[in-house]
Amino acid sequence: MASINQNPAATLLPNFRNLGVMLRVLVIVTALTVVAAMLKSTNSSALLEQWVGIAAVVQPIAIISVLMLGAVNSWLHRIEYRSAVVLIVLAELAITLAVLRFGEPILQTGIEDAGRGVFFAVATTLCLIGYFNLRNRALSPALTEARLQALQARIRPHFLFNSINAVLSLIRAEPRRAEAALEDMADLFRVLMADNRDLAPLEKEVELCRQYLALEQLRLGTRLQIDWHVDNMPKDALMPPLVLQPLLENAVYHGIEPSIEPGVVSVNIYHVRDQVHMVLRNPYRKDGNHHAGNKMALGNIRERLALHFDAEAHLQARVGDSQYEVHITIPYVKADER
Amino acid sequence: MKHPQALKVVIVDDEAPARSRVRDLLEDCASSFPIELVGEAASGRELLALLGTRPADVVLLDIRMPEMDGLEAARHLLKLPEPPSVIFTTAYNDHALQAFELHAVDYLVKPIRLRRLHDALTRARAITPLRLDVLQRITPEPRQHLSVQERGKVMLIAVSDIRYLRAELKYVTVRTAAKEHLVEESLSRLEQEFAEQFVRIHRSCLVARAHVVGFEKEAAEAGESHWVVILNGLDEKLPVSRRLQHIVKEFGKSLL
Repeated sequence: MASINQNPAATLLPNFRNLGVMLRVLVIVTALTVVAAMLKSTNSSALLEQWVGIAAVVQPIAIISVLMLGAVNSWLHRIEYRSAVVLIVLAELAITLAVLRFGEPILQTGIEDAGRGVFFAVATTLCLIGYFNLRNRALSPALTEARLQALQARIRPHFLFNSINAVLSLIRAEPRRAEAALEDMADLFRVLMADNRDLAPLEKEVELCRQYLALEQLRLGTRLQIDWHVDNMPKDALMPPLVLQPLLENAVYHGIEPSIEPGVVSVNIYHVRDQVHMVLRNPYRKDGNHHAGNKMALGNIRERLALHFDAEAHLQARVGDSQYEVHITIPYVKADER
Repeated sequence: MKHPQALKVVIVDDEAPARSRVRDLLEDCASSFPIELVGEAASGRELLALLGTRPADVVLLDIRMPEMDGLEAARHLLKLPEPPSVIFTTAYNDHALQAFELHAVDYLVKPIRLRRLHDALTRARAITPLRLDVLQRITPEPRQHLSVQERGKVMLIAVSDIRYLRAELKYVTVRTAAKEHLVEESLSRLEQEFAEQFVRIHRSCLVARAHVVGFEKEAAEAGESHWVVILNGLDEKLPVSRRLQHIVKEFGKSLL
């Protein structure tokens, strides 16, 4: 259910609760009002006046519509696509008429405007529904899945060989630790090779990170120190798997391995209202000469976050004097809400 | 295990488990021919210090290490009077390995197999010594140190400490804040390798960009004046040649 792979009828309608979708609706409607004002006005000084007049009517309709659609979003997705479209058009008609009727004293719209208003409302609604239909087809499940799979098939060979080497070196001297390490490796590779298109709870990702870091610590010993701040993390928040782990791999590769001195990788996860923040920091030295791989991993993660959360997720990377920081923000979505 | 003809081996790897694994394998090899483990080092720097006091026949040298990688360490240890044979070890199919094949440089891919290690050590005494020009060609990145041989040891000079490099007749003078060294390299080679860190101010002189504090105009005898460079921590002022005066302007922008 938490998958991108939903039934096609439902995916033709956008998720009206998504910030990106709301913004798109408002931006497109505003652009249309500008076009309408340009068509109506004869010279540039009249343009602004015309536009204010049109926007005063259209913007309330757009905002009320966006709020209403957001409210009934999950219900709309459960009914058939055609009925949903009809209902949305009817609702838009109702909202337009209501705004024109009750806004008349303030907006001073003549009754002769009503017919035109209704026509524009229906036309705009159909255009927008058509636009989201096309957009969702373009990002259709098959295509999205193909992209997701391509993005995920990037297990780093370095890590596999490093781990095998570390385990090999333990077998004779410390067989028990070797066993534990192999168990960690098995878990990690189970996730790495699994079908990771579904969102998974944050708690699982953190557990995976711990196993990964335990393996790296075998190799690097005290050079790798980890500072966990995850006591207040929302364990049930859903996120795409393998977002934090590759970033930690980067942190170890760029922040810890190039130095003989011990370094600290810190992981800080918390939530502020309905947003989950994940902040990873690692030491950074300017003379390091391998950035290319890093950018690829960031691009990959950014794209996967966008496929799942659209404009509601952010990934920000910052280079300080001696620190590198990646800050990820995703909406706090719980398993039972999807 | 001490044996007059024992093969003296040094293990170099920044990761302790990797060293212990090679140690185990060396013990296995020791049953077929005598091996003496002379020491272990966790970095190129440690290796050079170790070899200064305890000579070895073979060095098992990890390529990817912090501070100084294996390839750079190999270049410096060639300065020793009797450099040991080098067998590189690496965990991945580095692009460098193609170059290794091409120039018959010995290497072992990790996880190292007993059989391969055994073969490599058996051949070790016959291994063709590394050649400096080959190493130069297969190391794409600039070194982090220059090295000089002093009393049978390799002395390292961190490139970041160097204030200027000046060409003498056969040598290049390397000036740090504290000392002066002579290295047997060509100035134009150094200029190429360290193009990012050093800038030429004179036909025979490169200065470290990071240590340039400012420029001064100095009056010459004929009433003409020319620019001199002031370097951080040095009293000596170096003349900028007339042809290269434009660099004063370029620096002027960045110093402001």
